[in-house]
Amino acid sequence: MNEKLQRILPTVQKPARYVGGEYHQIIKDKHEVDLRVAFCFPDTYEIGMSNLGMRILYAIMNRMQGVWCERVFAPWGDMEQAMRENDIPLYALESGDALSQFDMIAFTVGYEMSYTNILNMLRMGNIPLHREDRTDLKHMVFAGGACMYNPEPLADFVDFFSIGEGEEVTVEILELYRKAKAEGWSKARFLMEASKIDGIYVPSMYEHSYHSDGTLRTITAKDGAPERVTKRIVQNLDDALYPTDIIVPNTEIVHDRSNLEVMRGCIRGCRFCQAGFTYRPVRPRSPAKLLTQAIESLENSGCHEITLSSLSTSDYKYLPELADSMLDYCEPRKINLSVPSLRVDNFSRELMLRLQKVRKSGLTFAPEAGTQRLRDAINKNVTEEEILQTCRIAFEGGWNSVKLYFMLGLPTETDEDVLGIADLVYKILKTWRAYAVNKKRGCRIHVATAFFVPKPFTPFQWEKQITPEEYLRRAKLLKENMPSKSIEYNYHAADLSHLEAVLARGDRRLGAVIEEAVNRGAKMDGWDEYFSYQTWLDSFRACGIDPDFYASRGFADDELLPWSTISDGVQEEYLRREREKAYRSETTPDCRTQCSACGANCLLNGGRCDA
Amino acid sequence: MRRMLFEKKGTAIWMSHLDTMRLMQRAFRRAGVLLHHSQGYTPHAYVSMLLPLSVGVESECEIMEYELDAELTITPQEMNAVLPEGVRVLNVYESARKGKELTHLRAQLKLHYDHEAPCAIEIEELLSKTELIVEKRTKRGVDNVDIRPLVKEVRITAAQNEIILDCIVCAQNPSLNPMLLPSAIERYLPTHRADFVTCCRMEIYDAQGEIFR
Repeated sequence: MNEKLQRILPTVQKPARYVGGEYHQIIKDKHEVDLRVAFCFPDTYEIGMSNLGMRILYAIMNRMQGVWCERVFAPWGDMEQAMRENDIPLYALESGDALSQFDMIAFTVGYEMSYTNILNMLRMGNIPLHREDRTDLKHMVFAGGACMYNPEPLADFVDFFSIGEGEEVTVEILELYRKAKAEGWSKARFLMEASKIDGIYVPSMYEHSYHSDGTLRTITAKDGAPERVTKRIVQNLDDALYPTDIIVPNTEIVHDRSNLEVMRGCIRGCRFCQAGFTYRPVRPRSPAKLLTQAIESLENSGCHEITLSSLSTSDYKYLPELADSMLDYCEPRKINLSVPSLRVDNFSRELMLRLQKVRKSGLTFAPEAGTQRLRDAINKNVTEEEILQTCRIAFEGGWNSVKLYFMLGLPTETDEDVLGIADLVYKILKTWRAYAVNKKRGCRIHVATAFFVPKPFTPFQWEKQITPEEYLRRAKLLKENMPSKSIEYNYHAADLSHLEAVLARGDRRLGAVIEEAVNRGAKMDGWDEYFSYQTWLDSFRACGIDPDFYASRGFADDELLPWSTISDGVQEEYLRREREKAYRSETTPDCRTQCSACGANCLLNGGRCDA
Repeated sequence: MRRMLFEKKGTAIWMSHLDTMRLMQRAFRRAGVLLHHSQGYTPHAYVSMLLPLSVGVESECEIMEYELDAELTITPQEMNAVLPEGVRVLNVYESARKGKELTHLRAQLKLHYDHEAPCAIEIEELLSKTELIVEKRTKRGVDNVDIRPLVKEVRITAAQNEIILDCIVCAQNPSLNPMLLPSAIERYLPTHRADFVTCCRMEIYDAQGEIFR
């Protein structure tokens, strides 16, 4: 390890996250490889090391002969400052080499609030920010991930985007790059060839023009670039690589446990949920494969906890048999099986009670809205009766604590819906009074409301976001009407969600704002310690851009949307139908009950979705 | 009592005490040996470190106690096959000695100087005084404590850019963090302040000065 680094490590918090050296990290001889990839996660080590996508792609890239993929994370503020003061450029954990020594620099982006970290990391690595300032093949910057379905805000900085699931396309693009490097191609030629690979979006090959009112007028594809770039998916999850020999961090991370991905996609179709649409079509893994992966993961990592993850694990078709076989393995070995995001139905209640044998966790619901009418409008198909029934069983089983998550500012929401939240809380409190077996310690109900952010690729992608002032009024109204003082009510900060709405539906013109914000010190915007709304407001003003154009204005029905070049396989007509149904408070059945012809099945060979 | 002697070097020195506990618990599982677990709602594996080590300090003699069901065993080779770089198990053994019999430890402090190292004799004189007051940060705030009674022995070697303090200090009840010696030098002899200090725990002893295991 370099001595400069060794000197600053004793002065920073949690130095273990800056040194690598973990069990199962991949070390190669840099002289024996012809392609080095710096795989960057634009947030802290603790967050990034918990990211499933990063773990999968790290394994996939490193399984390629002659390729060495290393990890890079954003340092916390104290470390960043120490690095700057000591002229230590941003480096990769495996080799300790600076970012500038890598051929390709990849980012996996899961959250709009990490955009400033991307720029900040490039700058800390002495990589020119603007793509046109990186003139040759070296330092090719690309990005992918759950948040990159609207890549436009980053179009000034990133050479190309990988849209959708990365298992296959990452290998294809790396092979193309090696060919380009070996044959000495120009950057332009490489990007032209890259644009021919399905799922690759090269922003420099598209021209955007605007109307005088600021709305998008045209998007023109140049030099043979495709009019639309459709996301890539893995056809069969059982055949896709899922690494079970993953890095075991030396220090505590957010999800400090083994992870199984039981399926991709979600059958529910909640109208506010971007992932619910962009992860389509639904593809389960077989329970036999999952059990093998579980045992391998646990034996290789030594973790004493394993999670069944997916967007909605209780909708995993084979959950009963998987849970049985997993518990048979886990219980004698004192391994906790955790199943997040359970829905409130009968089976889940049984499973919940079984899981309790290993560990008793809290009870969490996300009804999202306070009245049935609004829950129907957002297609959150959970009823008050189901919630109260589950609470009753839980209270009878000894639970005394419930967490409830809602959103404020949903399309069509009225004050009646806001007050409906207080009413539901009151009914839960009454249920507790009637059925709790142990009342000594009281009932703890935590209520949290988030500020609804309309996202691209959802039926609400055209909707206005309510203003921060209106959101705060509704939050206050709710607070005043909570049935008891013992209820803990927290609401998310309005500013952060407002900015999130701007960036989520932003176009290319936001690049200048993001850069301005970084110049003014913005970073780690997802962290309260760092987020400064004022910095952003100043940056918007300096760039002459009105944030409300993107947030509270809403997009017209016939407006050309900045993310129109990208397709996630779900048809726009379907989103429009869903939007109309929302206005009528009409629900759509889940994909297993009845197919609603969203179009994502066409991404599958054979066109049949296994919901 | 089952004990494991291991060293902690390289990148592993940046792991905290709790990180090291977690690492060892997982390493046992990776080696296919289930530690004895406590009863109760959240069963936890029984391991404990005799002398927790500060972050950033190397060690050649960490001792961990653990419990296995009677029929189970583990070897250093089995552990080392599943440990990350820097952590190496040197020995596993049974010991009847109580942890509190461990009273002293020997540490080697390397004071690095970017320019020429200052005169070691002044440091030697300082450390042979009867009182050495340093500021120690505690939960209550900053305390002034006299660390001299806790220092049993110091040997000083000087080189071009380095002064090495080989010291034996109290390890328990009360204990002395050897890194406070450079703090004392900095306080009393500001011109002798090192640019960078590394510390390695070399050995542990009982009250009679015998090696503790």
